Parts: sequence; C-alpha cells; structure tokens
Amino acid sequence: MSGDKLHFRFSRSEMSLREKLWQISWSYVALISLVCCIGFFTLYSAANGSIDPWADRQMMRFAVGMLVMLGVALVDIRAWMRWSYGLYAMALVLLVAVQLHGSVGMGAQRWIDLGFIQIQPSEIMKIAMVLALARYFHGASYQDVGRPLFLLPPLAMVFLPVGLVLKQPDLGTAMMLTLASGAMFFLVGVRLWKFALLLAVGGGAIPVAWRFMREYQRQRILTFLNPESDPLGAGYHILQSKIALGSGGLFGKGFMLGTQSHLNFLPEKQTDFIFTMLAEEWGMVGGVVLLALYTLILAYGYALSLRSRNQFGRLVGLGLTTTFFLYVFINIAMVMGLVPVVGVPLPLISYGGTAMLTLLFGFGLILSVHIHRDVIIGRRGAAEDI
Amino acid sequence: MTLGNNREGTDRAKIIGRRALLLGGGKLALLTTLVGRMYYLQVVEADKYAVLADENRINLRLLPPPRGRILDRNGVPMAINQQNYRVLLVSEETDDINDTLDALSHIIPVNEHDRARILREARRHRSFVPVTVRENLSWEDVSRIEINTPDLPGVEIDVGQSRYYPLEGLGAHLLGYVATPSEADLQNSSDPLLELPGFRIGKAGIEKVYDIALRGKGGTSQVEVNAVGRTIRELKRDDGVPGLDLHLTIDVELQQFAAQRLGEESAAAVVLDIHTGDVLVMASTPSFDPNAFNRGLSSEEWKELIGNPRAPLTNKAIAGQYPPGSTFKLMTALAALESGIVTPDMTVLCTGQMSLGNIIFHCWKKGGHGTMDMENGLKNSCDVYFYEIARRVGFERIAEMARRFGLGSVTGLDLPGERSGTIPDKAWKRATLDQPWHPGETLINSIGQGYVLATPLQLAVMCARVANGGYAVTPHLARDLVDGIHAVPRVTPDWPDLGLSRQNLDVVHRGMFAVVNEPGGTAYRERIKDESMAMAGKSGSAQVRRISMRERETGVKKNDELPWKERDHALFVAFAPVSNPRYACCVTVEHGGGGSSVAAPMCRDILIEVQKRDPQRAAGGDPALKHDFEAWRQARAETEAGHQALAREVDRRFGPGTAAGICGCGGLHVQGSCGA
Repeated sequence: MSGDKLHFRFSRSEMSLREKLWQISWSYVALISLVCCIGFFTLYSAANGSIDPWADRQMMRFAVGMLVMLGVALVDIRAWMRWSYGLYAMALVLLVAVQLHGSVGMGAQRWIDLGFIQIQPSEIMKIAMVLALARYFHGASYQDVGRPLFLLPPLAMVFLPVGLVLKQPDLGTAMMLTLASGAMFFLVGVRLWKFALLLAVGGGAIPVAWRFMREYQRQRILTFLNPESDPLGAGYHILQSKIALGSGGLFGKGFMLGTQSHLNFLPEKQTDFIFTMLAEEWGMVGGVVLLALYTLILAYGYALSLRSRNQFGRLVGLGLTTTFFLYVFINIAMVMGLVPVVGVPLPLISYGGTAMLTLLFGFGLILSVHIHRDVIIGRRGAAEDI
Repeated sequence: MTLGNNREGTDRAKIIGRRALLLGGGKLALLTTLVGRMYYLQVVEADKYAVLADENRINLRLLPPPRGRILDRNGVPMAINQQNYRVLLVSEETDDINDTLDALSHIIPVNEHDRARILREARRHRSFVPVTVRENLSWEDVSRIEINTPDLPGVEIDVGQSRYYPLEGLGAHLLGYVATPSEADLQNSSDPLLELPGFRIGKAGIEKVYDIALRGKGGTSQVEVNAVGRTIRELKRDDGVPGLDLHLTIDVELQQFAAQRLGEESAAAVVLDIHTGDVLVMASTPSFDPNAFNRGLSSEEWKELIGNPRAPLTNKAIAGQYPPGSTFKLMTALAALESGIVTPDMTVLCTGQMSLGNIIFHCWKKGGHGTMDMENGLKNSCDVYFYEIARRVGFERIAEMARRFGLGSVTGLDLPGERSGTIPDKAWKRATLDQPWHPGETLINSIGQGYVLATPLQLAVMCARVANGGYAVTPHLARDLVDGIHAVPRVTPDWPDLGLSRQNLDVVHRGMFAVVNEPGGTAYRERIKDESMAMAGKSGSAQVRRISMRERETGVKKNDELPWKERDHALFVAFAPVSNPRYACCVTVEHGGGGSSVAAPMCRDILIEVQKRDPQRAAGGDPALKHDFEAWRQARAETEAGHQALAREVDRRFGPGTAAGICGCGGLHVQGSCGA
C-alpha cells in the first residue's frame, strides 16, 4: 500500500461533518423535493381543495423523511457495507414474523405492529436486498461471477424473501424485488445466456405458478388481459383510470377540475392511481413533465453512482436507482393498463408514509455513495481495510 | 497485489459502466413506451374517453309534468290533481332509523309492517335516497310533523300529486282512471316517464284515450353525479310541457240531472247535438266512485261492485247491447219508404195478429189497431203494420238502412270499450249460426226484437241522423281535436249525406211527432207542453222473454208482476225541439218495463233541461229543418179524416172487419189481392 493512497483514503474517511454536508448533491435533493411538492398539490386537489387529510400529513412525512435521508447520507458508506448483511437478516426475520403475527391490511398480511410504529418488512427488504447483494458482489471478479456455484448464494438471498413476500401475498413488491435483483446480477456481469435460461425456465414455470396463485391475483391478471370484460367488477379500476386519463386529453381539465377523480369514479386517487388524477387535470403535458423529472432523478442516480470508486457504492447506487425506476414504471404502466394492477405507489407523490420513508432512505444511501465516492474498499470488505 | 487489485477494479468499473449504460438505455426505452401510451390514451383516443367520462358524471333526471285536468264544456273540473303529502325518511341524516321512527310514531301511526318495509328499503337504497314512510297525509299531520322537525332528524315532507275526481260517481264511466303502468305498457311505450316510480297513466276512459295529451311531455334535468350516484349540481334544465287541460262536450250539470232522473234504475241516457255530434250527456247508472280505486278498495267493496247485477262498472251507454224494440221501427219505416214499395198512404189493417205460413205473429195491442198508414203505424207503434211492410220490402233493405244510420258497428266515439251491437241479415246468420234465414225472422227483427241489438249511444246517433235530415253525424266527447299534445278547435265537418228523400224523412218526423203530441200516441202523456220545446220520439219496449200461447190466452202478464230480470227493457228515443231540431236523446232502462211509461218521461225531463240550458235555443239552426206545427196539425187532421172515410168505404165495399186498404199500387182492395 502506497503512502499517498493511504493518505487519500484516510482523508476521505475522516471527512468532517461540514465537508460531508458540502459534498451532498443539493441539486439532487432539490429535484426530489420538487417532485414531492407536485405530490402535495395533487393531494390537495384530491381532497377537493383541502390540505386535510392527505397533503398535510404527507408534508409531515416528507419533513421527517428528509431528515432521515440526510442522516443516512452522512453515515460512512463502509458502515452501511458493514451493516448490510445484518439489515438483510433483520428484514428477513421480520418477513417471517409478519407471516406469524402480521395484521391484515388491504387483504394481505403486510404489516407488523410494534405498538409505537407499524412496520412493513417488505419495504425494508427493498433496501436491505440491494445492500446485501451489493456487499456480496463487491469483491467478485468477472471470473467469479461466471461460476454458477458463485451465483447460488445470492440467488437464495433473492428467492427467500421473494417467496415470503409472494406468500403475503404482495405481487407488486415481489416483482420489484425480483427485477431490482435481476438488474444487479446484470450489472455485475452475469452472462446474458443465463438470463435467457432463467427466462425460459420462468416461462415454463408460469402454469405452475398459476396454480399457486390466489384467486384475486389470477383475477387481476385476467382482468388486465381484458379489462372491458367486467366493467363494473374487477375491470372497473382500470377502465375508470383509462377514462380519466383519456378524457384529460393533451392539456388536461385543469387543477382541481378532474371530474373522474373528484366525483370518485377513480378509485384510490390519492394512492396508487394518483398519476391518473394528475394526468386528468394536467393532461399529457403534465404527465410528460413529471416523467421528465423522474428521468432526471434517474439520470442523476446513474451519474452519482458511477462516480463512486468502489464497487459496493456503485452497486448500491445503481440498485436503488433501479428500484426507484421500477416504482415509476410499474405504477404508471399499471394505471395506463399496460401491466396488471399490483399495488405499487407512484414514488414521492402517492399518499403513504412507508413508501416515502423507503424512497428517501434509498436516496440517502445514493447520496452517501456520492459523498463517499472516493473511499476505496478492499475486495474482502471494509473491515480489513480500516 | 495492489496493482492487480486496481486493474481488477478498473475492469469491473468498465463492466458495470457498460452494463449500466445498457440498463439505462432499457429504462429509457420503457419510459418512452409510457409516453407513447399516454399519447395513445390522451391524444388518439381522447374523444372517446371524454364521452365516456361525461356518460359517467352526467345523469339525466326526468321531471314528471303535471297531468292535465279534464273539464266539462263549461269549464267545470271533472278530474284534477290533488296534492298528496308524503313523509320521507333519509337514512343518512338520522343516527338511528328506529329511534326516528319511534319519535314519528307519536305523531302518525307507524305499524310494524311499515317499519319492516322502511328498514328494508333503507338498506337496499343508498343512504341519501329518501324512503317513503307514509302517503296521503292530512294537512293536520303535516303541520304536526313540521313543528316537531327538530326531534325528527332525516324526516322530510314531500308534496306529490294524485288524481282526484271531484264529481265522484258522476262521469266515472267516461273519465276512467289512472294507475301505474303495467309490464305491457312499459314494453309498448318508449316514453321514459313511465319508468318513474309512482308515475300513473290513463288505464280506461278519457284518461286512456287522451293519455298522451293529458300526460304532457317530461322535462329533463341534467345533473352531475358522483360515483355513488349522489347529485352534485344541476347542469341544465328543461321543464317539459305540462299535460293538456282537456275540455269535454259533456255538460256536468245536465249529466247530473240525467243521472238523478235515471235514479236507482240500471239505465243509460245519452244526449247528442244532432248537428255537431257533441255528447252533452252520457250517464250510466248505477255508478261508482273512481277515487275509491286510488284510495285502495277493500275486498268487500270490490265484491260488491263486481257482484252487483246492475253492473255499476259497465258504461251501459256504449257497452250495453239491448234489443232496440219498437225504436227500430224508424229504420223499418225508412227502408220501406225509400224502397218505393211502400207509400206513406198505403194502409194495413191490424186485427191484432198476422199469420205467416203456419206461425201467428201478434201485435202488442190485443184486438188490433184497425187501419194503419205509415204515420199512424209509428204513432201507435203497430206491430202488424210493420210486419206487413217488412214482409214486403224484406229484411236486407231494413238492415242496410239500419247500418246507414250507424247501427251494427261502433260509432267511433272517442272512448274505449264501445260495442257494435248486431244488425243481422242472411249472411250474418249463415256465418254465426250456420242456419238459413226464416221469413218469420224478418217480421220479428223488423220491430227490433230477435237478433237486433244496439247500444243506447247507437240509438241516440240513429235518432240524431233522423232528426238532422239524414246526415251521418258521429259523436265525440272531446271538445277540441287533440293532435299529439296540442288541442286544435274542432270544426264541424260536412257530415256525409245518407241520401234519403226529404219527403220520406218528413213522414217519419210526423210519425214521431204524433207519438208524443197527438192523443192516442204511445207517449202522448209525456208530451212537452211548451210548444217551443216540443219533442218528437219513438218508444220501445223490448221483450226479454218468450210469451207462451197459454199466457196469451189467460192474459199477458204485466211487467209489474214479473221478476226484475224478466221485465221488458224500456227505451225511448226523441229529438227536440220539433220546430227546429237540435238535440237527440236516448234513454234505455234495463228491465224498466214499458218504453213509453218508464223511459219516455225520463227522456222528456232530460230534453226539457237540455233546452232550458241551451244558450243558443232562440238562435237560428238549420232553416231546412224547421217544421211548421200548424201545417202538420192540419195535414194530420186531414189524414185522419181520410182514414175514417176510407174505413167507412172499406166497410161498405167489403164488409166490416175485412183486411183491406190502400195498396202499394194505389188501389183499394183486400190485402194480398193486388194484381200490380
């Protein structure tokens, strides 16, 4: 180890609080806040021009989430690497616990009530999974990744929680966990033919999976394939959502003037279907502007992550950015009838504390990756290098 | 090691950089898909979805128009709408429906049955939909509920409208009634008003015939509703067209007089204006109170109405078919005169009976009328005279004449349920009974017995056509012509001329005049003494039983001695005033006994009343129809003298009691011996 390297590394790891705050990408934070503000206005409209009951609470959560995000950002990336397996283990235990003691919400066992706070372990898993996989692949060389045996432990790390989440059952989260992990496998250089093989096997497994699905899940998929078949029953949500979007037209009906949403034809307008409401009132123009802002956040995520000089940081940043992308894509594709209604909220805008906290926590980690971009972490982990 | 480590790290950075680029590209592609989908939904398909969104939010509410009133010719209301106060309960405005109902039950009775129904309906409808608690509240109840409103959360008073017939039984048969539409009504009509809860349509009578006009056109209110159907605001409103106020030709006061005059009898009276066809009176007794149907009828009341042998629910004026009896002789007379086979002067000797083949046909007067010509035949209603002339002209001609005067088919009155009666002929008998026509039936039917049946309205129309100089007037009840939902003043058309000779009609007029106004006429006792109002008429007593030979020997039983069902139907048709005919009247009394003794006085009183109330009595009329009494009297006296001279001549030439007279050929000889 050369002296200047040591010095360099040392200086970075020993950054003062002021230096760290200086390093935070405030434009990124501003972009995130801007999208959240759009969310407040939309929730204000959803409540027929009142900050009660959604906008005010969402603002509170945003404030708390901002503090969490900044706190997370300031924690050394090596500490996150150290804690990653621990966090993953905790999330897994909570997922098991929710199977045993979870309270039923939204027709599925998703919540665990600790008395003072309600925890959704699957949300924690969205972060913990990325951290744990990033740690596993941190030291892996291209050759390592090429060995099938090397890929078995991370596969198990993915399918264990995915299985538990599916059992809750929460199709949306399972989908996000699988796809985000898949992206990470792709990023570390897993050979493409292996993905092809997995897809083929997965395709063959569809009939098997169908057998294990709950009736409502099957129904959602069938409804997705043909929403007009049952316009007053299962297809109602999708149909009303498409009507709201379509009737919004190019420029929308105007702020607080969406008929579909304000007359309650649009279901869940403050949560999963908030994009529909926004696009009904602001039209395609509004929808495209929001998508552009999301794309900007994604591009920032890429830029911030790829500037990291350690593999762990790059993987964490890209993994979380991908998770964020999945939120955006699945939700918007869902309300436009491109994918089944699986219950994924629109990130930073949908009313709901858990998703907001998860997302801001994730952005905090991306910021941390950026702040500690020059920290060099040895192949076998942070511990031996410090 | 460090170096290798570094190179290793750079390689990995390269790989992750490349793959991140690929991944990012993929994400961008997916996001572009979203934009494409947005474009498809919000630009390409925007119009379609805009329509769907409006269909979602805009609800068309129907506003029922107020039903038109029915008024008589002078504007007296016969059917009106009454305010009907209802208590409604809106379940979302009350904490507990049961508590509210308990509080309400201190003011108006709410029984367990009502309570169960209210709770059931409240559960079934959304919480903001009002449920009817009770209808037809008195004003007193309404006030008490209004005062206690603070203690009755969710209770509302609502004003609906229900049909009310202020004249009750009077005109019930004409007006009909309203009721909620049946399944068949809903299928046959495209009017969305029928779907409204509580909406009523005309089911019988005038209410049915002019239902569309009386109903009016429903208004619409476009309201914005939310997903659960609650009204948010009204966007547009069209009040529709209220139902038409329909005037009838009926004069309620005359109607009332006629109904009272018919009294307890099972009877019908019709008065027509012989020029316009206006029906001034159409009474059928006994009647019923149509409001009872709205209130709800108890089963005893219903049984009483259905089981009553005098059929209060039937409008006898149009649905009662009776043998017209001697009133039909007007048709036989006209058929005979018009055929040219019989002249007014031709005489027939009535000895009280006439034989045809081996059957003996009796005259109503035992011992006979002596020498009869046309006018005297009518005056005395001599059966044998009409047997003889009918035998000569044949029944086909009589049937044809009767049909010309409106018998045997519906008159086309604007009222449902009219029956056609029967004018038989050979073809009819072949078709219905599959039997040939017997010559004897010509005789029986020529005096309005046998198969001949007519409704009182048909007889009134027949009388009107005789009185107006042979024009095919048709009756109507609506003062104006109703076209869709509008009324157009009716213009009296030029009625088709029936093509009768004026002289022949005058002969019949004089005969009818003699019936009432000459001593010895069948209705002389019922004459109108005020000459300016004098009527001319024809009586009829239609036998409803067979009189056996034995009874004829021992003396035919009087009507008073018979059970009600076996008594003759009493009929009388008349027109007045004779000097300038304007009105025709027919009175029919089921099993009333003698036409001249029972029906004629009723007819006389009704015609007097009609003329007293006639504002135009003094004014013109048709000059061609004016009759000169004095000339008539003189002519009649001369005829009478001639007959007496003739009788003396016959006695001198052929011996007393010989059946001889002036033949159709004009010569004087024993009947049946005419060589011409």
